[in-house]
Amino acid sequence: MPGHHIIVGGGLAGLTAAMKLAEQGEQVDLFSIVPVKRSHSVCAQGGINGAVNTKGEGDSPMIHFDDTIYGGDFLAHQPPVKAMCEAAPSIIYLFDRMGVMFNRTPEGLLDFRRFGGTKHHRTAFAGATTGQQLLYALDEQVRRYESAGLVRKFEGWEMLSLVQDESGDCRGIVAIDTRSLEMRAFPADTTMIATGGPGLVFGRSTQSLVNTGSAVSACYQAGATYANGEFIQVHPTAMQGEDKYRLISESIRGEGGRVWTYRESKPWYFLEEMYPAYGNLVPRDIATRAIHKVVFDMKLGVDGQPLVYLDVSHLDPEELNRKVAGVLEIYEKFAGQDPRKVPMKIFPAMHYSMGGLWIDYNQQTNVPGLFAAGECEFQYHGANRLGANSLLSCMHGGNIAEPAMINYAKSHKSAASSTIFDQELKRQRESFDKIFKMSGPENAFALWRELGEIMTENVTVVRYNDRLKTTDDKLLEFKERWGRIGLNDKGKWANQEVLFVRQLWNMLELARPVTLGALNRNESRGAHFKPDFPERDDANFMKTTMAAWSSDGPRFSWEPVDVSLIKPRPRRYDVEKSASEPKAA
Amino acid sequence: MPEQTQVLRIKRQETPNSEPYYEEFEIPYLPHHNIISMLMEIRRNPVTRQGKRVAPVVFDANCLEEVCGSCTMVINGRVRQGCSQLAEGLGGPVTVEPMSKFPVIRDLWVDRSKMFEALMKAHAWIPIDGTYDLGPGPRIAPHVQEFAYLFSRCMTCGCCLEACPQVNSHSKFMGAAVIGQAYLMSQHPTGKMNLDERLDAMMSEGGVADCGNAQNCVEVCPKEIPLTTAIGAVGRQTSIKWLRDLFMK
Repeated sequence: MPGHHIIVGGGLAGLTAAMKLAEQGEQVDLFSIVPVKRSHSVCAQGGINGAVNTKGEGDSPMIHFDDTIYGGDFLAHQPPVKAMCEAAPSIIYLFDRMGVMFNRTPEGLLDFRRFGGTKHHRTAFAGATTGQQLLYALDEQVRRYESAGLVRKFEGWEMLSLVQDESGDCRGIVAIDTRSLEMRAFPADTTMIATGGPGLVFGRSTQSLVNTGSAVSACYQAGATYANGEFIQVHPTAMQGEDKYRLISESIRGEGGRVWTYRESKPWYFLEEMYPAYGNLVPRDIATRAIHKVVFDMKLGVDGQPLVYLDVSHLDPEELNRKVAGVLEIYEKFAGQDPRKVPMKIFPAMHYSMGGLWIDYNQQTNVPGLFAAGECEFQYHGANRLGANSLLSCMHGGNIAEPAMINYAKSHKSAASSTIFDQELKRQRESFDKIFKMSGPENAFALWRELGEIMTENVTVVRYNDRLKTTDDKLLEFKERWGRIGLNDKGKWANQEVLFVRQLWNMLELARPVTLGALNRNESRGAHFKPDFPERDDANFMKTTMAAWSSDGPRFSWEPVDVSLIKPRPRRYDVEKSASEPKAA
Repeated sequence: MPEQTQVLRIKRQETPNSEPYYEEFEIPYLPHHNIISMLMEIRRNPVTRQGKRVAPVVFDANCLEEVCGSCTMVINGRVRQGCSQLAEGLGGPVTVEPMSKFPVIRDLWVDRSKMFEALMKAHAWIPIDGTYDLGPGPRIAPHVQEFAYLFSRCMTCGCCLEACPQVNSHSKFMGAAVIGQAYLMSQHPTGKMNLDERLDAMMSEGGVADCGNAQNCVEVCPKEIPLTTAIGAVGRQTSIKWLRDLFMK
C-alpha cells in the first residue's frame, strides 16, 4: 500500500521530493500558490555547486565541504553538509540527464564557473538562468508523473495550517483555493513544507511575491521550532526598485566583474584592495559589509547615493552574452542602460534566510510527520550561504526526505479521526470570517511596507541591540494595528486582499524570532554583524538558536553545533584559506 | 509645481462571467515605476481618479524579473510582462488589460492552465530511466547547447498565444510555446529517442498544422525565442513522419 504525501511548495525542493516519491510509486498531492513553473526558484541565476574537478584544480567534495562550513562560519551541523557536498556531483549529473542545457566545454563536457567563497571552478550553469532551467527540468519530470496519475497538483491553493492529532503529530493540512476561497482539509501520512524564504518580511528583497514565509510561520505557530532565524543573507549586488530589489548574480563577479566607486576622483576597487586573496569573489556577507562601509562610513557612494558600481564593461561582450546574458538583460530592461558599456549601479538587498524550520538529519521537523526542504529549513548554510549552494541544498533536501517520508508513512498508518480535520477547518473558517469583518482605518499593504522598512533598516546588514529592541516593540505595535485593518475588498471570489491580511499576520509572527534571535546573539558570525560585538564568540554562541512559538512571544533555547568533522578556525578572506590554516580533517 | 502623476486605465472584471468595465487611477509619477509597482501603489490606496474607494486591482505577479511569466498582460494594446514595462516614457493614460485568449479569473488575472495541459499532451520531458545515480548525461557540443538554450528560456507566459490569430474560440490550436518546447526536447540526445511520441501530439488536433504562419509569436516573445524556426522544423518532421507512417502501414 503506497504512502500518501502532501508537499507544500512547487519550487526546486518540493518538485524534487514529488519526483522522488512518485518514482517509488507513492501518492503525492502538490500544493502551490502559483503554477509550479512560476516558483521563486526561477530567480536563481548563477548556478549549482558540485566538485567534479574537470579543470585540473584538485577540487573535491571534501574541499567543497570545507568551503561551505568555513563560509557558514562554523554554525552548520557538519555531517549533513558533508553528505550534501558528496552528493553534489551526482545531483548535477541527474539534471544533465534530465535535459538541462548546461553550458559546455569545447569537448562537450559540463562547464564550471567560479563563485564567491571558493578558489575552484565548481559551479555548473545554464547561461544565467540556472534556477529557471533546473526548475523546468523538474517540472517536466513531475508532469510526467502527473500524467501517470501519481501526482495531483493543487495549483492556486495556499496552505493555511497543519492538522494535528491529539499528540501533536501532523496529519495533513487545511488549504484554501485562492480563486473560489473554498477551504478544505487534506489528510496525508506525511507533509512536507518546501515554501522557500521569508523575503516579504523585509518588504522589498530579491525574493518573489509568494515568499511571505506564511506557511512556515503557520507551522511555527503550531509548534514547529524555528532555528537560526537571525541569519539573513544580504546579497551585495542588487538593483534598487520600487517593487523589489532585483538580483544581479554573483556570476557577474565570477566571470570577472569588478566592484568599485570613486575615491579622490579615481576608481577605487575596494574589494580587491581589502581582500587581496579573494578580491571581488569574497563571500556575500563580506562584500555587503564592505559596500556598507564605503557608502555609509566613508561617504563614497556613487553621486552621494547608497550605490556603488559593478563593472563588466572591460570584458568581452560576446563571452558575456554566452555566459551571463540573462543577468545583463535584466539590468538593461529595468535600468534602461547597457551594462556591457556602462557600469551597473548596485546596492545590497535582503536575499536569503539561512535560518528556517528546525529539521533533523532526515529533514523532519520536531513535529512528527512534518518535513521541510529548501530555503524554509535551517540545515545546510550555517551563518552564511555560499553562492550556488542554495539550488544544491534544495535538491539534496528533497532527496534526503523521500526515504524518510516513506518510512514514516509505513510506520504511522493508523487512521486519524475525522474530527481533527473538521475542527481545524472550522477554526480557519472562523478566522477568515473575522478578517472579512475588518473595517478599521489601516491598509494592510501600507502596514506591510512599514514592516519591511524597519526590518530592512535594523535587522539586516548591521545590528545594534537598542535598535533590535525598538524593532521588536514596533512589531508588537504592528500586531495591534493589524487588528485595525480595514478591508477594501469584501468580495468572496479571488480576493487577494483577504489572503494578504492573513499572510501579513504570519509575517509579523515570523519577524519576531528573526529580530529577537539577533538581539540574543551578542557576537558577530557570518551574516550576523554587531559592531558592539565584532568578534565571533565560539565559547558562548557556537550554537543553534531554537525559537518555539508561544502566545507571549518566542521562547528561546539553544542546541550545540555538531563540529565533529572540521575543527572551527577563524574565518578570513584577506589571505588564502589553505595558507593560513590547517586543512579539513 | 504640481506633482507629476500617471494615469492607469484598467480593465476590470469581478468574476469569470461578469461584464468587464474600465476604471482609472491616478498615481504619483516615479521614473523607476513599472506597471506592477504602480498596481502595488493602488493597493495601498485603492481610490479611483473620480475619488471612489474600490477593491484593489487583482493581478498575477511573482518574480518581477521577467523570468516567471506570471504578470503577462496587455499594455496599451501590446502583450508583455507588466514588471518590465517601465513608467518612464510611457506617457498617459496607460491602458492595462488582461490577456484576451485566456479565461479571466478576476481583473488582470487569467487562467493559463491550457498551456500546461498542452505541455503534458506533448510529452515535453526527457524520459530518463530513473533518478538514481547513472553518471553524467550525454555529451553535447557547445553550439547545440547554445541553440537549445534559446528555447529553454520559455516561461509559458502566453504572449505568443495572445498575439496569434489562429488561437481563438473557434480553434484548438495549442500555440507556439508548446511547439517550441517539443522542439527543445528533440535537441537533447536522449530526448531525440522519443521524438515520435511528441510528433504524434504535434500531428493531433490543434497541432502544428494549424499554424497560419502569421509570425506574430516571434514578434511578441519577451525572450526572443526563435519560435518560427521551431514551428518550421516540427512541421517538416511531422510531414516526414506522416509519409513514413503511410508506407509502414
